[in-house]
Amino acid sequence: MTMPPELARACAHVRPAGADDVVAGVAARLVAEPASTQEAGALMKAAAGLGLSVVPRGTGTRLTWGLPPASCDLIVDTARLDAVLEHAAGDLVVRVQAGVRLDDLQAKLAAEGQRLAVDPPGGATIGGLVATNLTGPLRFRFGAPRDLLIGITVIRADGTIAKAGGKVVKNVAGYDLGKLFAGSYATLGLIAEVTFRLHPLPAAATWVTVNCADPAAAATAVHAMAGSPLAPSAVELDWPEGAHSPCVVGALIEGDEASVSERVDRLTDLLAKRGMTEVAAGPFLLGRPRPGHTALIRIAFWPGRLEAVLDLIRTSTADAAVSGQAGSGVLNVTVPADEGLGQFVTDIRGALTKPAGSMPDASVVVLDAPPPVRDAIDMWGPVPSPELMRAVKDQFDPEHRMAPGRFAGGI
Amino acid sequence: MDGTLAARLAEICGTNGVITDPQELRTYECDGLTAHRCSPGLVVLPQSAEQVAAIVGECAAARIPFVARGSGTGLSGGALPRSDGVLIVTAKMRAIVAIDPVSRRAIVEPGVTNLSVSKAAEPYGLFYAPDPSSQVICSIGGNVAENSGGAHCLKHGFTVHHVTALQIVTPAGELTWLGDGTGAAPGYDLVGAFTGSEGTLGIATKIVVKLTPIPETVTTLLAAFTTMGAGGAAVSAIIGSGILPGAIEMMDALAIEAAEAAVNCQYPEGAGAVLIVELDGPQGDVTRDEVAVREICTQAGAYEIRAARDAAERAAIWTGRKSAFAAVGRISPAYIVQDGVVPRTSLPQVLDRISELSAATGIRVANVFHAGDGNLHPLVLFDDAAEGEQEAAEQVSGAILDLCIEHGGSITGEHGVGVDKSRYMPKMFSADDLDTMQLVRCAFDPAGLCNPGKVFPTPRLCGEVPGVRRAPHPLVASGQLEQF
Repeated sequence: MTMPPELARACAHVRPAGADDVVAGVAARLVAEPASTQEAGALMKAAAGLGLSVVPRGTGTRLTWGLPPASCDLIVDTARLDAVLEHAAGDLVVRVQAGVRLDDLQAKLAAEGQRLAVDPPGGATIGGLVATNLTGPLRFRFGAPRDLLIGITVIRADGTIAKAGGKVVKNVAGYDLGKLFAGSYATLGLIAEVTFRLHPLPAAATWVTVNCADPAAAATAVHAMAGSPLAPSAVELDWPEGAHSPCVVGALIEGDEASVSERVDRLTDLLAKRGMTEVAAGPFLLGRPRPGHTALIRIAFWPGRLEAVLDLIRTSTADAAVSGQAGSGVLNVTVPADEGLGQFVTDIRGALTKPAGSMPDASVVVLDAPPPVRDAIDMWGPVPSPELMRAVKDQFDPEHRMAPGRFAGGI
Repeated sequence: MDGTLAARLAEICGTNGVITDPQELRTYECDGLTAHRCSPGLVVLPQSAEQVAAIVGECAAARIPFVARGSGTGLSGGALPRSDGVLIVTAKMRAIVAIDPVSRRAIVEPGVTNLSVSKAAEPYGLFYAPDPSSQVICSIGGNVAENSGGAHCLKHGFTVHHVTALQIVTPAGELTWLGDGTGAAPGYDLVGAFTGSEGTLGIATKIVVKLTPIPETVTTLLAAFTTMGAGGAAVSAIIGSGILPGAIEMMDALAIEAAEAAVNCQYPEGAGAVLIVELDGPQGDVTRDEVAVREICTQAGAYEIRAARDAAERAAIWTGRKSAFAAVGRISPAYIVQDGVVPRTSLPQVLDRISELSAATGIRVANVFHAGDGNLHPLVLFDDAAEGEQEAAEQVSGAILDLCIEHGGSITGEHGVGVDKSRYMPKMFSADDLDTMQLVRCAFDPAGLCNPGKVFPTPRLCGEVPGVRRAPHPLVASGQLEQF
């Protein structure tokens, strides 16, 4: 594609796409790297004038998640939007541009004894973190990025720059667009800046882990940890070999030294009283990748159904590895992306989710799978209120140019 | 209003469920913000989600605006009715549908009061964390509309952090679910967008909330200081030390005077400021944090510190704070409750500026606030019988909001925008910001019938290109919408 002069005028860094500029198997034509929110706005406006489809990109660690875009004329790369704009340490608030890497931000905050209380694995930018609403173990205590986000600046498909929220923790003025953009997979617009509330970095942290022989034992351990008044920061499960191998359940205890040692002892006693004796305190290696497990499925359910969910996975024929936030009812399942994947997803979905019309209470989403397999499965599955979601999409992006077709409900 | 609509609504919820008598309608003319009043065209009291859907369906077909109301405790006029509209009151929808203690979830109807959720969860060692001061009577449906906070949201979060699914009636009259109760439903976070939308996106008919394990220990400290500056320094030092109390509340001398007059709370004599610090959590943590907080307060100049050891003593400490709004009625014929937010570190400066404003205008301001999160509730006192005082008080009240915005804060921390503050929205947000927010409204309520005239100063004309307005909006022309 030749370089449209409108784009070059709007943004100082636009280039033809290279061999690596691919989104879930779809090759882009152009790549732009705006260096400010204003420049990003001008770029998006120019792209709108040209009718270009747009896919935002951070470090690209989750770029294969979701469906392939129906088209991808322009990748808006946030690499140059990499400034921490304001860290008000006394207010426990930080405002950052979307291209800042989460681990860089955490290092900077740690120097002041603070953290953004999210801990997903692996290299994401703030924009990607928010766009996918990524979580790690800390979800149990602190929620998802949407729960920590207090302000957002977005650029709409037509280039309009708009903000919502602010930089105070408590604020109910206007609609909370941050919630809507969190987990939107960039289908509503480009996330340019985000403001988060922060938490103090704990002085000490230890996992209390229990080896569990079967789903019933694992569920007992998880419910005991999650329902205890000992305020764990995380309640995780790790079942790397799946099927008939044992699994490990762990609670993360954080605080000052005295608090952690006391609560670790108390939790150990509490578990012993419920018959769990294989208890240890120390590190907990989570979610080790299994070779060949190229499909990633996220199952979300009401936490009380944990045993039933684990039983379902165990009795399936899939070679599944399971890990995740068991205390919150969110598990990541990896399986080899073979011809059995479709059936596995259909079976689990059929067993866990309810027919349309009744109150939904679970979801099974294939986040990632290699191209030949993903084409044959319904990756997102049913979503609650798809008509309202499409109405929201139509308002924000009437021409359907933002990451078209990547999201749930065909959005 | 048109009698045929009343008849149709009576078919839906029975004649007992429809109020048309002008005297009775007046009962509903305002919510907790009594400065704005308007008798509704008619009132309906549905008993089920299906009835709400049918009512809204009738309104949509007849293009009649409707407003939902819970217990009517809102402080920004969010439930202010319309004389040409239907007020849908959820007071008869009071079932706690289910409690799932292992999942730590409850499913409740919108008219259920906030405190009754915690009471129902208590046997399982759980509670519902958001606790607005009106929790004895305010409804969960209203909490969802306003994204209500409360004294303990510093640690435990707001309504939006505890709602995981909503059954709603859309403004078109359709019953649907947002979210699935897991907090990780695929698709847009419409639960998050709906919560805090002040009743403008639809009516919640069932709410799934998270329940939280009851803290093992709660200790409440009351510290008295001679000056607000010293109290403010203690707040900053507590937060700076890494302690996250359940609540940190502060009152100034005038607010204390009012509380003493009203409820005889017996706070330490001569206090220029009192700080209430509540610590909750595991026993050992609370014990250690209490020692640290006492030391910090003493260093900041506290001359007396009391600790409540049981529920009765705790209630005694909170009595003064919780009565403060009503208590200023004892020292002033009339008052405005303001609700602004500033970054916590700006508190000392902003409080100084408020004193200056007060001194310059002769309008007294009592300060009661959630100090931990910078949420101010200045009570602007005036004599409504004295010529020009009300206007002067409103100017001071507005100037306080300007101060909040100037310091990077917000015009409302928890009371909402409603009808009361929509005119301040353009000071905090650009036209593009407001226009973008209203895209959500256009998606949910293109006809503009659901609680119109709230939150936004100028309704967006759905479906038109912004700025290109060729004729009056049809809803404006037909008198169903006002633009100002």
